[in-house]
Amino acid sequence: MAKPSDLVQGTLDLLILRTLALHPMHGWGIAQRIRQVSKEVLQVNQGALYPALHRLEQQGWIQAKWGESENKRRAKFYSLTPDGAKYLCQEQAQWKRLSLAINLVLETP
Amino acid sequence: MRWRYKLPLRLRSLLRRHKAELDLSEELQFHLQNQIDEYIARGMDPQEARRAAFRSLGGVEQVKEECRDARKMNLIENFVRDARLGLRMLQRNPGFTVLVILCLTLGIGANTAVFSWVEGLLLRPYPLVSHQERLVALSGTVGEEREQTSWPDLLDVQRSCALCENVFVSSINGATLSIGERAEVVTGSIASANYFDAIGVHPVLGRGFEPGEDTGSGGHPVVVISYHLWQTRFQSDPKIIGKTQRLDNVVYTIIGVMPEGFYGTFVGRVIEFWVPVSMLEAINGSSFKLEDRGARWAESFVRLKSGVTRNQTQQEISAIAARLAVAYPASNRGHSIKVWPLWDTPFNHARELLPIFEIMVVVTMFVLLIVCANVGNLLLVQSFARRHEMTVRLAMGAGHGRLLRQLLTEGLLLAACGAAGGILMAYWCRHALALFFPDRGLYLPGQIDVRVLGLSAALGLVVTLAVGLIPAFQTRNLALADTLKTEASSVMGAGGRAWLRSTLVVLQVTLSFILLVGATLLMQSLRRIRTTSPGFSTTRVLDTWIPSVAAGYDAPRAKTFQDQLIQRVRALPGVEAAAYARVVPLGYNTFSSAPIAIDGYEPQLNEQPTADYNEVSPEYFATMGIPLIAGREFTRADDENAPRVAIVNQTMVARYWRGQNPIGQRLQVKGDWAQVVGVVKDSKYYSMEETARPFFYVPLRQYFAIEPDIHIRSTQPLQTIQKALLREVRALDPNLPLYEMITLQEQVDRSTAQQLAAVGLVALFGGLALLLASIGLYGVMSYTVSQSTRELGLRMALGADPSNVLRLVLSRGLLLTTTGIMIGVGLALLLTRLLGNLLYQVSPRDPLAFAAAFVVMAVASATACFLPAWRATRTDPIRALRAE
Repeated sequence: MAKPSDLVQGTLDLLILRTLALHPMHGWGIAQRIRQVSKEVLQVNQGALYPALHRLEQQGWIQAKWGESENKRRAKFYSLTPDGAKYLCQEQAQWKRLSLAINLVLETP
Repeated sequence: MRWRYKLPLRLRSLLRRHKAELDLSEELQFHLQNQIDEYIARGMDPQEARRAAFRSLGGVEQVKEECRDARKMNLIENFVRDARLGLRMLQRNPGFTVLVILCLTLGIGANTAVFSWVEGLLLRPYPLVSHQERLVALSGTVGEEREQTSWPDLLDVQRSCALCENVFVSSINGATLSIGERAEVVTGSIASANYFDAIGVHPVLGRGFEPGEDTGSGGHPVVVISYHLWQTRFQSDPKIIGKTQRLDNVVYTIIGVMPEGFYGTFVGRVIEFWVPVSMLEAINGSSFKLEDRGARWAESFVRLKSGVTRNQTQQEISAIAARLAVAYPASNRGHSIKVWPLWDTPFNHARELLPIFEIMVVVTMFVLLIVCANVGNLLLVQSFARRHEMTVRLAMGAGHGRLLRQLLTEGLLLAACGAAGGILMAYWCRHALALFFPDRGLYLPGQIDVRVLGLSAALGLVVTLAVGLIPAFQTRNLALADTLKTEASSVMGAGGRAWLRSTLVVLQVTLSFILLVGATLLMQSLRRIRTTSPGFSTTRVLDTWIPSVAAGYDAPRAKTFQDQLIQRVRALPGVEAAAYARVVPLGYNTFSSAPIAIDGYEPQLNEQPTADYNEVSPEYFATMGIPLIAGREFTRADDENAPRVAIVNQTMVARYWRGQNPIGQRLQVKGDWAQVVGVVKDSKYYSMEETARPFFYVPLRQYFAIEPDIHIRSTQPLQTIQKALLREVRALDPNLPLYEMITLQEQVDRSTAQQLAAVGLVALFGGLALLLASIGLYGVMSYTVSQSTRELGLRMALGADPSNVLRLVLSRGLLLTTTGIMIGVGLALLLTRLLGNLLYQVSPRDPLAFAAAFVVMAVASATACFLPAWRATRTDPIRALRAE
């Protein structure tokens, strides 16, 4: 793939929640993590990342706490709330169903 | 459980905005720092890395704004900021602000005032009375005619009606109240004992009626008085309860004082006292017996049980009335009972006001529309001046929605001021409606309650939208790059905006033209009515009556009194003639009416000739100035013992004697044959608008009435005659009061009060509309001129002389006016039919009215255009061109 593909609309939330399911992380970390895990395929649009984080926080799926980053800077760490964890499960299941269905359509000769 | 996380966040966003902003900056700073570090690690130089980092984030401020949006706090915060900014804008242009708020105040105020009148007179007409939505009026009916009801019938309705909570009576009446030297006729009411409980208003002093006080004729001389009467006639005596007071010739015990602000339940009049129905004969002069089922005198109301509709009640009451008609055929056959909504109450002034209210609602809506157009126009001009500001804000990244919100907030501020002013105006004008009627005794208060306030708030919102969206129209079309450059000011170039402004002006001209047509039509109609001769003299004939029944007069005593008084009156200096008549024409009382038969006239198969007649004394026609065409007047010889005689009018001669001379012919009235002794000219009897009708007169002595009106034809002023008459009356009997004396002209005026009020109101609002439209036109024209200074300067530099420029500018203004008038003519042709029954001998499409409205509109708009046009001719070409 020559060019990292844009994130499908609405999937950014899902990726953020999944990433945060491991351990609390700051915005920068989330972006890096998604890039690495997706083997550089998914480039998070940084302009969209922070509004998405604030939105998820407002909705109560994640919460934020100030802490110290690996390079000793003050950073805002986000973590999943119990409700957020439940929401993630739902969304993940939904996504799997969807991608399975799309695969079916694409691979059926 | 999510609210546990959400709530503190919202509160923080709202209350600790500064902290939230700092956090946001720091968070983004951290991100940028990491990004820069990474770029440097990849080998970029620090400057380059910094730029790249900012680029990758895509604009720090934009991200921040989006994060704020995500926090959802913007709504409130922006509103506060917009409001603050709006206030600053309004402060900066005080003249503009005052003008706009004044316009809005007029528009909203007119509507609020009209609605407060509708509320106070039609919807909730009775101050302090509880749950008026469950009150309905009750009347008897014979065919299509409404009539009062009898007390036994009402008791039966009350007993058998399952859907009625109460049936109660309050019949308006008058009585002579004499305290010391001063006697006057005061308005009071005969009320059933349950009255005060049924309406939920209780005396502030003493008590209301007790159930037993309904029964036993004349057995309970007790009276409850109004707060106003207590204050003015009894000096707020705290020990008033238990004292006695003479009303007419009966001594009553005062048992209660009603609270301040309670005026009874009769729209248009203030009730000063209440007596129980057992006192009916004392108050009403023995003309009705309480127990008589055929004595229909009661004006009554029903309080419905909650949840019951008027139709359900009507069905039940109709059934009851049908049963009564079967049970008491002698008194009740052919009679039914009907309930009415309060605004359609048969027994007060509310119904007469209905057509006026219909017109006023339409007219004030027009005024509001004109105001909106006008204010919209002013804001357009204003927003043109603000175009630069708007463009800069757009360039800085504000969304169109954001600008729209700003404009709407400003509109809201203006509309809120206008609505507040409007409510204040309505409050000041709440008693103004009565000013439009010549009868000073009328009490027509508006009422400002929650619903009226709600309506004006709603109007304010509508205005906000209308007014705020007009300038928003054009920010939509702002092209950034174009407007940021200082634009060359050429008005003809600003096509879209000029189009919008012109449309608004045309709209104003159209609407005010329609109002003007309406006002002219009504004025013409009123002039027709006023110039129509009533057929009798008006200015020199005075009318009054002496309430003698109440003072204990019976027929024989009244006859003696009348004879003595008329002789004394005729002897007064300045009196040319004087006479009695049972009914004064164009008055509140109705003439007698009877089936008639005429010698030699064969009625058609289904025809029952009927005519109205008046009982008059000798010298009546000389006093009234009604010309006698043939025969003679009544004389003193035409008394009880003489053969019956009658005098007929021309229409009667034409219809029943086919124009032949009827003198000496016979006419049957109520079974008695009377000889026709005279013919008089037609005159007006019930209203100025009526067409000629057959009518005749009989001698008062042969058809006696105890309390006739006395008409006096005199050369002296009213006050002199009134004093002299009172002196003569007192000389005969010191206990007798005198009713208000008026000229017959006043009587004519009162009978045309409705038309007068309609003319007054429509003319007022029409004038207001014309003024507003002229201001609008003036504003647009002077703005056009000020913006096209360059163009005009150029034209003049190229040799156009001032008259050319004048013509250019004037023609543009007049084009707008003409378009507006054209549309106005079309709409007015459709709309003036609404005036229908208020117009007398004037077609709703009367060309004269249209022409007059056209002239007024044309003159007003020419004036409005001339000043800016004249200013245009003064443009100094050199300066105009250099200014660029």
